[in-house]
Amino acid sequence: MKLRHNKNFTAGAAITAVMLLIILVGLVWTPYDPNAMNGAAKRLAPCLTHPLGTDNFGRDILSRVVEGAGATFLIAAATVAIGLAAGLVIGGLTGYYGGWLDEIVMRLNDALAAFPSILLALVLIALMGGGKYNIILALGLLFIPSFARVVRGEVARQKSQDYVALAKLMGAGDMRVLFRHILPNIVPVLLPSVAIGFNNAVLAEASMSYLGVGVQPPDASLGRMLNEAQGYLLTAPWYALSAGAAIILLVLGFGLLSEGMGGDYGAA
Amino acid sequence: MALLDIRDLHVTFLSTGKEAVRGVDLTVEPGQRLGLVGESGSGKTVTAMALSGLIERWNVDMSGQVLFDGRDLLTCSRDQLRKIQGRDIGVVFQEPMTSLNPLMRVGRQVEEVLKIHTDLSPDERRAKALEAMAQVGLPDPERTYEKYPHQLSGGQRQRAVIASAMVIRPRLLICDEPTTALDVTVQAQILSLLKSFSTDHGVAILLISHDLRVVRRLCERVAVMHRGRIVERGDTDAVFADPQEEYTKRLIAAIPQRKRHG
Repeated sequence: MKLRHNKNFTAGAAITAVMLLIILVGLVWTPYDPNAMNGAAKRLAPCLTHPLGTDNFGRDILSRVVEGAGATFLIAAATVAIGLAAGLVIGGLTGYYGGWLDEIVMRLNDALAAFPSILLALVLIALMGGGKYNIILALGLLFIPSFARVVRGEVARQKSQDYVALAKLMGAGDMRVLFRHILPNIVPVLLPSVAIGFNNAVLAEASMSYLGVGVQPPDASLGRMLNEAQGYLLTAPWYALSAGAAIILLVLGFGLLSEGMGGDYGAA
Repeated sequence: MALLDIRDLHVTFLSTGKEAVRGVDLTVEPGQRLGLVGESGSGKTVTAMALSGLIERWNVDMSGQVLFDGRDLLTCSRDQLRKIQGRDIGVVFQEPMTSLNPLMRVGRQVEEVLKIHTDLSPDERRAKALEAMAQVGLPDPERTYEKYPHQLSGGQRQRAVIASAMVIRPRLLICDEPTTALDVTVQAQILSLLKSFSTDHGVAILLISHDLRVVRRLCERVAVMHRGRIVERGDTDAVFADPQEEYTKRLIAAIPQRKRHG
């Protein structure tokens, strides 16, 4: 798998690498304690001591953006992991076996995909309660259909290939054919959807937290920060801009990565 | 007892209602090489698919018997069938470009059948795979073992496919147009490779082909299929020298020749 060096891929990789580096550093060190309030330094404009300014409680926005990006990233990654794992199993089995199992599961899939996912997530949150882990669970469940669909289509396509027929004719069992022969071959098609799914998860987490049902205060997440910043759009615009820019960079990085990969595999 | 004994095989596709195979009787003795020829749509490939277990049973209506070593492949369970597939019956397809898993190293694919059917250790499997790869004439087996299919030429891939079928020494090898996708020079090499495997190890070969020249080179017996039935069968030389059926005569006449009907 050689990635052609196209601009999209390079730019996406660079942005993502920088964001990941910032998030990693943020795990062990931030300029200030992200939750430490300072009544004497409320809503400071960006300056030397606070490069991105402070919020209405006098908390350092740079520190909170770094921590919030980390929280958002982890939630998005966990969401994609749940959706991907379940999607692989469901899509793999339905694509491989086909028949009535495929029909039933995929119609359920369609039904689930027909609802706006944010709405469904809100319903789930209403049932389970808010908070970081419930958000991951709710969003993860909602991400299953799209992954299952991609996996199913690709497995069904690979299933009719000669090498799969030969593996069966060698006496390989169904699970061996599916997991050892077919699944590795769908990875190239899956990677761009993982990147796109990750983007959707970042945005979904931001939306949920913005609506106040995601990450709970005082913890930071990018959506949570946007929620808090909306009251100070005119008096402290740097607050919303910092959090918004972090979201844009995360999404842009992965978006470019997926486009770069998609273009490359498409040409291969 | 015959190794493979097909009795009155009928295959009808449920989706189209077409009866592709209409009462085929065929026997292959141990170590024998039989060519099944006919034009496209004559039912030869469907016959081979039926006996290799490749046709999904819910998709077709099959009747008759396919006795392999006395056991009916059409009625045995999937588990029983799976024990025979690969171990006793190997298969080589027409298209070497798609017959190999693009993301698996060539050596791993050659030893895959050993992994499924034997308890050999990884080192023993590797040794057997390298031996088989050397036997089919793949250059520098140690290095080829680590390569991916796209790094091999078409002829080399077909050799790798043959190695993966032969590494466990099956008793019957089904070859569906094994040389059709290859250059003429490579064709000849692959055919002599198959022939020497068959004679050295007593492996029976069922060759499916539309090309009478290929059958003539490899097989001692030939069966001619037309519209789902076998219309003529016999020793290859005898059939070529004195075809009885009009259809066989036409097939033979269709071979491009240097001299006209010499």
